[in-house]
Amino acid sequence: MSADPITPVLTKRWLSPQSWRLSTYEKLEGYTAIRKALAGTPEQLVQLVKDAGLRGRGGAGFPAGVKWSFMPPNEDKPHYLVINADEGEPGTCKDIPLMMADPHSLIEGCVIAAYAMRSHHCFIYVRGEALHCIRRLNAAVREAYEAGYLGKNILGSGFDLDITVHAGAGAYICGEETALLDSLEGRRGQPRLKPPFPAAAGLYAAPTTVNNVETIASVPFIVNGGADWFRQMGSEKSPGPKIFSISGHVERPGQYEAPLGTTLRELLELCGGMKDGIPLKFWTPGGSSTPLFTAEHLDVPLDFEGAAEAGSMLGTTAVQVFNETVSVPWAVMKWTQFYEHESCGKCTPCREGTYWLAQILERMVAGRGTEEDIDTLLDVCDNILGRSFCALGDGAVSPITSGIKYFRDEFLALCEDNRAKQELVGAQA
Amino acid sequence: MTMAPEEPKVEVPEGYVKLTIDGEEVIAPKGELLIRTAERLGTVIPRFCDHPLLDPAGACRQCLVEVEMNGRPMPKPQASCTMTVADGMVVKTQRTSPVADKAQQGVMELLLINHPLDCPICDKGGECPLQNQAMAHGRADSRFRDTKRTFPKPLPISTQVLLDRERCVLCQRCTRFSDQIAGDPFIDLLERGAHQQIGTAETAEIYDAASHTASGKPFQSYFSGNTIQICPVGALTSAQYRFRSRPFDLVSSPSVCEHCSSGCAERTDFRRGKVMRKLAGEDPEVNEEWICDKGRFAFRYATAAQRLRTPLVRNAETGELEEASWTQALAAAADGLAKARDGKGVGVLPGGRLTLEDAYAYSKFARLALRTNDIDYRARAHSAEELDFLASRVVGTTPETGVTFTALEHAPLVLCVAFEPEEEAPAVFLRLRKGARKRRTKVVHIGQWTTPAVSKTFGELLACVPGGEASAVEGIAQHAPDLDEALRAEGAVVLVGERAAEVPGLFSALHRLSERTGARLAWIPRRAGERGAIEVGALPTLLPGGRSVEDAAARSEVEQVWGLEAGALPGTPGRDVTGMLNALVTRDLDGLLVGGVDPADLPDPALARKALAAASFVVSLEMLPSEVTEHADVVLPIAPVDEKAGSFLNWEGRRREFSITLEGTGALPDCRVLDTLGVEMDADLFTQTPAAAAGDLARLAPKPTGSAAAPDVPNGHVPKAGDGQAVLATWRQLIDEGTLQIDEPHLAGTARPVVARMSKASAAGLGRRVTVSTERGSVTLPLEVADLPDGVVWLPANSPGSKVRATLGAGHGAVVTIAAGGDQ
Ligand SMILES: Cc1cc2nc3c(=O)[nH]c(=O)nc-3n(C[C@H](O)[C@H](O)[C@H](O)COP(=O)(O)O)c2cc1C
Ligand code: SF4
Ligand code: FES
Repeated sequence: MSADPITPVLTKRWLSPQSWRLSTYEKLEGYTAIRKALAGTPEQLVQLVKDAGLRGRGGAGFPAGVKWSFMPPNEDKPHYLVINADEGEPGTCKDIPLMMADPHSLIEGCVIAAYAMRSHHCFIYVRGEALHCIRRLNAAVREAYEAGYLGKNILGSGFDLDITVHAGAGAYICGEETALLDSLEGRRGQPRLKPPFPAAAGLYAAPTTVNNVETIASVPFIVNGGADWFRQMGSEKSPGPKIFSISGHVERPGQYEAPLGTTLRELLELCGGMKDGIPLKFWTPGGSSTPLFTAEHLDVPLDFEGAAEAGSMLGTTAVQVFNETVSVPWAVMKWTQFYEHESCGKCTPCREGTYWLAQILERMVAGRGTEEDIDTLLDVCDNILGRSFCALGDGAVSPITSGIKYFRDEFLALCEDNRAKQELVGAQA
Repeated sequence: MTMAPEEPKVEVPEGYVKLTIDGEEVIAPKGELLIRTAERLGTVIPRFCDHPLLDPAGACRQCLVEVEMNGRPMPKPQASCTMTVADGMVVKTQRTSPVADKAQQGVMELLLINHPLDCPICDKGGECPLQNQAMAHGRADSRFRDTKRTFPKPLPISTQVLLDRERCVLCQRCTRFSDQIAGDPFIDLLERGAHQQIGTAETAEIYDAASHTASGKPFQSYFSGNTIQICPVGALTSAQYRFRSRPFDLVSSPSVCEHCSSGCAERTDFRRGKVMRKLAGEDPEVNEEWICDKGRFAFRYATAAQRLRTPLVRNAETGELEEASWTQALAAAADGLAKARDGKGVGVLPGGRLTLEDAYAYSKFARLALRTNDIDYRARAHSAEELDFLASRVVGTTPETGVTFTALEHAPLVLCVAFEPEEEAPAVFLRLRKGARKRRTKVVHIGQWTTPAVSKTFGELLACVPGGEASAVEGIAQHAPDLDEALRAEGAVVLVGERAAEVPGLFSALHRLSERTGARLAWIPRRAGERGAIEVGALPTLLPGGRSVEDAAARSEVEQVWGLEAGALPGTPGRDVTGMLNALVTRDLDGLLVGGVDPADLPDPALARKALAAASFVVSLEMLPSEVTEHADVVLPIAPVDEKAGSFLNWEGRRREFSITLEGTGALPDCRVLDTLGVEMDADLFTQTPAAAAGDLARLAPKPTGSAAAPDVPNGHVPKAGDGQAVLATWRQLIDEGTLQIDEPHLAGTARPVVARMSKASAAGLGRRVTVSTERGSVTLPLEVADLPDGVVWLPANSPGSKVRATLGAGHGAVVTIAAGGDQ
């Protein structure tokens, strides 16, 4: 990232030698925000994060300060802070690198956020396959305890905090915050009925806030830099820096930090352009659950509002780039197989719908589709979108509806061969 | 332009909200779910996972409607089974919203893509919510033409419950029932996505350890049948009923369960004169919508091959019972009974399973035809103290004056003493659990170990040595001041079970406790007929309506109603069961009239056998051959509940009437048989039919309670076990070797494992099995460690291999000998 025209914030330590070490962190401003934070009141911190306009980086973009303010002011029950490090959205690769390269920024953020929410126990729920990352996180937590940044009476402030690093079992649904809480409690991860919301009854039915890794890792910078500084980056409603995970047919895939509102055209410049110069065909702005974009959308500002206005969502800023060699129906089929596999099974539309959609797409890609199947796909998607229990079902239809919207011809072409040899269809179902 | 007339303003009462559903304004209580509000308006929103008695799940998504709040439409259709009403809400159901209608049709289509559509061979076909709603809210054709998911089937979840995973719509009603209502979470969801399925550790096919149910135990629940009934498809079926009939061939008749004293409402379905199945009936005051498996499945005793259908008279020459006509048999019975009566007299043992009407006939027959107070229905351990307790604290209480199911649910505290609710009165257990779960009723059990019921009522155990319950109750003030305080709270209840009769002083101690703290006291016997038998005076001390036999004024009231001469009724209490048996052995009593009594249930079965042998004349009114019929001189067959009308008084004192289910079988109720027998003996009972009996009884309005003397017996000493001994704790399991459970192998398979239990210290050195013995005999069972007090052994009272009374001649609180039972 030497040619980076933008001053990095979240990733600024990543290239330092042994960046994950406490000593490196401390040398580079680490654990300075915590002192300021612990000197203030929880209310002041919540206000600061509200003023900064920090929005959740887990996909939905909910204002973090507002979420924190839902936590009850009393401590009748223990309060929990849960860090969502499940990072399951296809294409997303920012939280794990962050925790690998700079785990202490997350830990410092946890201390500040926990203090702001009167929580004395924080859980970091990490995707189980990320074993290396879990080890590194555990080592960092150990270092922080030894240095007095965690445990009892942190830095003499009287504030206590324990952090538990928990390994999940690698289910996409366990990234959904209430399924994550069930999983953390040792149950099968399936989303919970809301209300009650986690702030009222979350982990072990106690007040809980779930935040994404990147959200919390942004907090120490806000404490040190202030709300105004933070707002200098990004847009009015989507301020701050963001890590874009760029993958696919680009010259240098990887994590690129840029202010919210950056466009794909700018990001492509950062990562060296399309691989071998083969032109862009389609891309996801924030993972496969966000509707596809095409080359027409190169200049859409990638912030929460910009992506939505252009008909997609910002999601996790997992930018997956596909060039002209890729068949859209094939890619859509692959994604749909993912959702079919990852559907938790709780609700009918997602469980049965993804099962059906995957079969139709597989049939189409194998050249056994019909034009009618395209209508069926769209109608089944319509019966899933907004009808399922959680947002997984909504995400599952994004690739299909947007794929057909922009590339209907490709789907039709697959059915073309089949038109002549229409088989007799019995009244099977 | 004309002004619209001012709309009359609808007052919204406190605690209610006003909303609009399909253009109609409606007032609904706060917290009501939209699906119910709509239903009150007559709009049925289709649903699968929703069940009024289960916590909302919102899983099936069948019940979607459009909702507008504060003038803003919500972006997605909402599940009406999870969303509660709010002021100003505007709701559009499938009736007025094309969006809701399409959403519902879409979900229905999705539910059917993997469904086998095997309605023609499915038990549920014809009464299937999926079938019905698919017809009402679904598409005529499916667009699905790919491959359906298949599973091997059926999978036995237990010996009784079979699972067809292909038919399952994953509404989670069964798992939520098991988890929430019964507290037996043995079935659970396994796997995910389209592979998600109901199952147990045993049924899981993909052996992924992480996906197995937590318990790893087979589905074991006394309430499993309810899952079959609430399954909205044919995924759960019973081994008993599977493929045996179609709903539209069945005739349904409301009925009442004959097994325990809860008096659950049931529905009996029969076809061509044969009962095919029983279902839970709905009664919010009693069993809500649930029944236990015994109530549901144990009815084939009535069609057992050995059922008695013709009268039998013993041939004086051969000594064999021979079939006889009713005329012959009644004449023989009347003759023999009259002779015995005119000799040393006849005792009456009606048993605890009679209807109110039948029990009344026994009570009246004893007094009129046999001229005696020697009548005692208690076919179980009993005491004189209990008689005082029943006369002073139980008889005459009604749901208006006494403790009710609803009162249990709302009680701040329920103290169970010598009472095992799940085994003895399952509907009571469910209510206690509901109270504990929903309203935080605190349940405290004075017993011997942390039984499943203790855990599932989130209860606290105060463990005592069997027989030490009276001392434990007396010690509450001193040793459990918190409990003592809690008992003083408004609505606190103390429940006591039939086992209390085996603990001297316990009824007296409970009476004092209740007087001292103000806690209400209720007695919950095990058998369905107990409460009614007390009310009609099937006891040596009581006449109908709780009138004391010793009270001259009360006697004369009865004499008048019965049309007797003044002074005709005997004024001294009769003998109790044990008294009668002893008198028979010593030849101080000649004859015996016996209803449905199994000598093995009596406190001393050996004595009972001796008495039966010694009796000069025995008449048995029975349904099935028994040890009594073996000794009887005349056997008169009587009708099972399905073949007669009548009523039970449940433990609350609530009258549970039922009419005849199977008509014209020719089987006669006890009251009719006794009426005719009475005629033969010149006594007019006026109990020709249950209705006549009830009418006659109604003329003896209950005398208000409170006049009888309360029990006042000092605590017996707490039993102590010496070396090689233990004190026996024992009670019956719900599913055991009870007579009414014969011919039901599938039900028997769901019984709890038959094991003995001891504390860790006491079990040390005994090995895996223990032999419990008395001088009469011994029982050897696998030994399990539980949190019993040291020196105590628990045995199931009437289970295979553990027939405590019959084998050991001992009961709760007896000192028994303990030895290693050897490994087997
Ligand atoms: C199917 C599904 C998967 C999700 N996976 C993740 C995830 O892996 N990581 C994450 O931070 N949020 C994930 N989310 C979003 C969380 O539910 C939640 O909104 C987020 O953790 C809140 O944190 P934030 O406010 O800091 O963004 C997922 C949501 C859904 C519906
Ligand atoms: S949409 Fe439904 S089935 Fe899919 S993951 Fe969410 S709850 Fe589970
Ligand atoms: S009935 Fe409402 S979601 Fe199932």
